[in-house]
Amino acid sequence: MEKVITCTVCPIGCEITVTGSEGRIEGMRGHACKRGIPFATDEFLLPKRILTTCVKLSGSDEPLLPVRSDKPIPKEKLFACMELAKTLEVSAPIGMGEVLIANILGLDCNLVATKSVTPRQ
Amino acid sequence: MIHKRCDVAIIGGGPAGLAAAMAAKREGASEVMVLERDSSMGGILQQCIHPGFGLTYFDEELTGPEYAARFFEEASAEGVSFMLNTMVLHMEATHLICSNKELGMVTVEAASVVLAMGCRERTRAQIQIPGSRPAGIYTAGTAQRLINRQNVMVGKRVVILGSGDIGMIMARRLTLEGVDVVAVVEIQEYLTGLTRNRVQCLDDFSIPLLLSHTVTQIVGKGRVEGVFIAKVDEQKVPIAGSEQFLECDTLLLSVGLIPENELTKSQGIEIDPLTGGPRLNQYQQTSLEGVFACGNVVHVNDLVDNVSIESINAGTHAARYALKKTHLREGHVVCTPGEQVRYICPQEIALDPNREEVTLYFRATVPLKKVRITASIDGKVIRTKRAVRVNPGEMEQMTISPAALLDGQELTIDIEEVR
Repeated sequence: MEKVITCTVCPIGCEITVTGSEGRIEGMRGHACKRGIPFATDEFLLPKRILTTCVKLSGSDEPLLPVRSDKPIPKEKLFACMELAKTLEVSAPIGMGEVLIANILGLDCNLVATKSVTPRQ
Repeated sequence: MIHKRCDVAIIGGGPAGLAAAMAAKREGASEVMVLERDSSMGGILQQCIHPGFGLTYFDEELTGPEYAARFFEEASAEGVSFMLNTMVLHMEATHLICSNKELGMVTVEAASVVLAMGCRERTRAQIQIPGSRPAGIYTAGTAQRLINRQNVMVGKRVVILGSGDIGMIMARRLTLEGVDVVAVVEIQEYLTGLTRNRVQCLDDFSIPLLLSHTVTQIVGKGRVEGVFIAKVDEQKVPIAGSEQFLECDTLLLSVGLIPENELTKSQGIEIDPLTGGPRLNQYQQTSLEGVFACGNVVHVNDLVDNVSIESINAGTHAARYALKKTHLREGHVVCTPGEQVRYICPQEIALDPNREEVTLYFRATVPLKKVRITASIDGKVIRTKRAVRVNPGEMEQMTISPAALLDGQELTIDIEEVR
């Protein structure tokens, strides 16, 4: 299997070609510097992303609360996490960084608030 | 009418205004006031719920609201005062006339003013897309505010015109919310936003990116029913016969930003036609003494981290001006973009006994590989550096020492490909 990965570590954006099989890397070429190696390795084996979205908020002047995963999660789990986030409804007050869903889908990361909200005056 | 006084008045409470306020207070200004027209502080960062902020400034990856909160908390801790729901309607040098939701008309008399109004989006009118005028056409930032702050979804099947960062970020956001993003259409032959965003917002979700294409017609009666797109030639003219119809109910426009300078222009402050913002010196000072500017009102930035840095500079020098601690000027050097450079900020280097190093920010006109960047004074090279790649979407910078500069000289920056 061969996969071309665009490196996003710096703005150069090297096109790194990784060869290997699932769970194993055999070769890598196209990276201009060594920072591309761990990046391309992760992208080949298990690409991860930070998920950000909004959840319903009650008791505040604003209808939505912005949230994030506190660690990157596997890319293929993004939509499953979105489904969970869509069912969530929280109420003010909430502090920035407060855990809203702990250990989401057993991925060893939490869904946390990215903003503090005060109750409606 | 209520009258207020302060040392430094800052117009706009986004990332630029917050950083300037924090810095002005730290520099010793006793009363620093931020005037913000929205009902909360943080500006556009409040709707930028995605990560990617703070990588250079804080060395960690924050979301927009988190990045704004850091500066808001710092500014609050320093004792900055904030006036929300306050729109500056008019200015006479450093005397401001505002309207406030509760107080009515308010005047603010300041010793110095920092312009931090940010920018606004270009709309359909500015790019003149033919066709009918149905509902379902939004600028990307408006859609972002509706979706992320107001809980209003804009459509079910979306075409995005423009590969700027906001357009790509909205492509991902809409996809995660279950919306079908048909394509991102870009008139240039290159991506106009950051590569990182192409990878994480388009490639991750297999959203097609159509370079050298544009929307040639919008179709729909009450609501958008679709758009015609076409390939464009090198002059950006649609190629006959290349049209195709994309069915969609919504068109998002991510076609550039314009610094918001109505107040600036009303004061006759010199505007740089290349940036659309005020001409500045390295202290972020405009052509009107006592008025400083920072952030996207000056030039459209790609990273908020850079906005924070230049805004701290603006706040610091606005405070020094208010406290009458500025140096006497011995003249100035004009900065002119040379080959393959679109603009340079600041546009002038003020010469004073201080002679501290100056960082010049500039953009390439087109993407180039393996380049040499040269700074020259009246044609004589004073600094060069090499870069593997430059891209109009990513700001470049170069630090120069003004120690040997003389009044009336011209500084140019050129970018050339090296073979």
